[in-house]
Amino acid sequence: MGKSVLLIEDEPNIIEAISFILSRDGWTVATHSNGHDAVGVVESTLPDLIILDVMLPGKSGYEILREIRELHETQGIPVLMLTARGQVKDREMAERAGASRFMTKPFSNAEVLEAVRELVVR
Amino acid sequence: MGTLNILVAVCLIYVIFLFLVAFGAERAAMRGKGGWLRSPLVYTLSLSIYCTAWTFYGAVGYAARSGLEYLTIYIGPSLVMIGWWWVLRKLVRIGRAQRVTSIADLISSRYGKSNLLAVGVTVLAVIGTTPYIALQLQSVTVSFAVFSDAYEASVPLQSQESNALLVAAGLALFTIVFGTRNLDVNERHHGVVMAIAVEAIVKLFALLAVGAFVVWGIGGGVTEILHRIDTSKIGAWQIEGDRWAALVFLSAAAFLCLPRMFQVMVVENEDEGHLRTASWAFPAYLMVMSLFVVPIAVVGLDMMPEGSNPDFFVLTVPLATGNDGLAMLSFLGGFSSATSMVIVAALALSTMVSNHIVMPIWLSVTGGGASVSGDVRHVVLLSRRISIGAVVTLGYLYFRLSGGGSALASIGLISFAGVAQFLPVLLGGIFWRGATRTGAFAGLTVGFLIWAYALLLPSFGTGVLISQEVLNNGPFGIGWLRPQAFFGITGMDPLVHAILWSISLNTLCFYIASLVGFPSPLERLQGAQFVNVYEHSSNPQSWSGSLAQSEDLMVMAQRILGAREAQELFEREARRQGVSGLLPEPSPDFLQVLERELSGSVGAATAHAMIGQIVGGASVSVEDLMAVADETAQMMEYSSQLEAKSEELTRTARQLRQANEKLTQISEQKDSFLSQVSHELRTPMTSIRAFSEILRDSDLLSEAEKVKYSSIIHDEAIRLTRLLDDLLDLSVLENGQVNLNVQTGQLSEVLDHAIAAALTGGGPDRLEVNRRRAREHVWLSTDLDRLSQVFINLISNAQKYCDADQPSLSILVGRRDGALIIDFIDNGSGISKQDQAVIFEKFARVGEQRASGAGLGLAICREIMARLGGDIDYLPGQGGAAFRVSLPGALAVAAQ
Repeated sequence: MGKSVLLIEDEPNIIEAISFILSRDGWTVATHSNGHDAVGVVESTLPDLIILDVMLPGKSGYEILREIRELHETQGIPVLMLTARGQVKDREMAERAGASRFMTKPFSNAEVLEAVRELVVR
Repeated sequence: MGTLNILVAVCLIYVIFLFLVAFGAERAAMRGKGGWLRSPLVYTLSLSIYCTAWTFYGAVGYAARSGLEYLTIYIGPSLVMIGWWWVLRKLVRIGRAQRVTSIADLISSRYGKSNLLAVGVTVLAVIGTTPYIALQLQSVTVSFAVFSDAYEASVPLQSQESNALLVAAGLALFTIVFGTRNLDVNERHHGVVMAIAVEAIVKLFALLAVGAFVVWGIGGGVTEILHRIDTSKIGAWQIEGDRWAALVFLSAAAFLCLPRMFQVMVVENEDEGHLRTASWAFPAYLMVMSLFVVPIAVVGLDMMPEGSNPDFFVLTVPLATGNDGLAMLSFLGGFSSATSMVIVAALALSTMVSNHIVMPIWLSVTGGGASVSGDVRHVVLLSRRISIGAVVTLGYLYFRLSGGGSALASIGLISFAGVAQFLPVLLGGIFWRGATRTGAFAGLTVGFLIWAYALLLPSFGTGVLISQEVLNNGPFGIGWLRPQAFFGITGMDPLVHAILWSISLNTLCFYIASLVGFPSPLERLQGAQFVNVYEHSSNPQSWSGSLAQSEDLMVMAQRILGAREAQELFEREARRQGVSGLLPEPSPDFLQVLERELSGSVGAATAHAMIGQIVGGASVSVEDLMAVADETAQMMEYSSQLEAKSEELTRTARQLRQANEKLTQISEQKDSFLSQVSHELRTPMTSIRAFSEILRDSDLLSEAEKVKYSSIIHDEAIRLTRLLDDLLDLSVLENGQVNLNVQTGQLSEVLDHAIAAALTGGGPDRLEVNRRRAREHVWLSTDLDRLSQVFINLISNAQKYCDADQPSLSILVGRRDGALIIDFIDNGSGISKQDQAVIFEKFARVGEQRASGAGLGLAICREIMARLGGDIDYLPGQGGAAFRVSLPGALAVAAQ
């Protein structure tokens, strides 16, 4: 069984696209689509990697990431952040919040795969 | 008796003539025509009041008794006029610059405007002059008596004294009429001056006529007369050096210090240039006056019986030879001498008495408040008139009480010696800046005490006011204080003795007290101004003043400009002048610069007055004060204007700050908007890119997957397009560039169209729309397409977001306050209060639901409604989500 990836994203089409790409590469993909209970899901599933969108309904990706980094069980999990706002200050905020990698939409499928593979050492 | 009557008549006619002369001169001066009044000749002649009856009659008597010594009385003034005319010029310049009204005024003004000093000088001047006035009255009386003696030997002198009263009254009247006609600032009296000029001619002419008669009529020609003089004892030149020197000095000092001389020489002076003429013309006049004195004395002594009074040879010689006409002329000459002296003396003294004694008392009694109001004028005039009367009365009383006769004969020189005490203070005041008020008091007091003690008291005769005992052994037996032998120095002429001691001790005390004392600032300023009068008065328009102390200016400037600024200004000016040190010379240029600087702070009038106080010493007039007050008022107004401006600025600043905050907010909103737009564009593009890559790269996709992914790409492309459309639409609406396409149509039809457009594809979850068509028959005249766009938006929102099991939307049309309202109410759970506030914002998407819209719909609706002149609002409290669209009634045409 492949390593697990938790995708937290609210845009259905993007969820479908990323799930398809990662599943085909052998990853086990779980998805979650709102910000409210995202941290709880992370805590209970403890995935090998989290792909986290910034703009989520209920709670922003930065906040979720900060909370993940504060929790002992989850603070080591690599997080790949996705944002549709490609500005410099967004990248800085992501890094401050503890993101392992930051990607701006739209991205190429190959980029995502490569980033995921790098972040999770098999 | 007949001749006496003629004499009285001639006298009256002469007096009337003088009145007419004076009146004519006043009239001419008032009309501004009296150019001839201001000629140097008139000025010179007016100086001849120096030659009083004492000179006219007494010189001959003097010569008969003491030989050529009488000449000293002429030499003194001549020396002053020729050799010291620069002193006179300075006096005249100061008099004009300071508007001096009398010698008392000059001295008090010089020594810090001390009125006490002025009072002292006035009192001393009155004491010194009163016997002299008495002398004039006596001469007139005696000359009357001489006439009557020649015809009616029986008429006693006593009855003639009534003449003295008449003369005194007449002179007082004349002085009052022409001396106090008006209050001239310069105290000039053209009528008086003209009258005494005429009298000067009369007395000169009379003396010359008598002299010519004596030389050619009696004496038998010049050669014969010269021979007779040589044989006479008068001709013997017995010059006692010390007495001559003392007398020359005395007459010179008196010429400068006599109040009446000061009056004609300084106060009545029209033009400084007149001094130039007078400096040779007046000595010439004196020379001519003295020309026939010796011949008359010699002939008189030869001709007249033993024991006759030589003082009246001028009268008695013509009378004795039966030349009544000549005697009459001679009498008029003496009369002129006496009257002109009394008139000018009364004028000068009354000015002093009135200005320094009566007015200060009156002002202090009345509280001084009237000093500014107009009614003070008549008080001044009244005070002048009373003073004139008092001065003349004093002279008359002195004449009556002293009993006339020999007591008065020597009074001329004693009087001279009295006023000569002013000399050190006067000269010191105009030439020595170090002279102080204390010094002036000390000198004057000491001088006058010695004069009174050593000269005046003994002059009344031994035993009258001073006993033989004191005279011989000194007061209380103190030998060195004997009135005529101070410090035991005996054998001196009493007059010389008194002059020597009084003047030298006066000068010494004046000098020492000035050195010891410390002058007040005002004294210092006045002193500078008097001593340096030429630099000051040469150009009255601009300041000048090496007189001003730069320190005084500095102190003042520091107060007004601030210490550092003032210092910088002074240093800069000093550098410019090339002066070493920090204080510049108070040159006119510098003073102008300073005044300009000061006027920037305190206003021009105030600055001028301030510098004037320090440099010019000019007293601040009421006009100056008014100007200062005006300026202050202006400054206060200006300051309140500034305050208002400052408030306005504060307001503007606040508005600017608000505007800036708004701009910052707008800028942030713009950033946020761009960020939102970026997000909204990138999200569909992400899906499109991801799925297009999947389709491109994956061969193993099923047909269903391919269709599905292609559909996603298609939908997202449409979403992108719609987003771009919305953005453009919003941009156009917001910029106000929208062109409304106004049409007329039925509201129901617009709704029909909107519902049809919004609810495409009738699935099972299709929204149910409830309408009341009857109410929808309203004609509208507006941009129906845009209105429809709003309706479509609201209906599709209800379609998208209504969370009821059986979603339905009620569209209700009504009227409220003349406006047409259309409510869209669904049966969902509605929008939370918190979200209601933001739903009309751009990209405001509320709730958990994801929808395909970019969140611009309601923002666009609001913009459209604003353009149409209507409004769109959330309608709370309706259960579900409710929106109210309202249109102004004017757009709705009445239902048909």
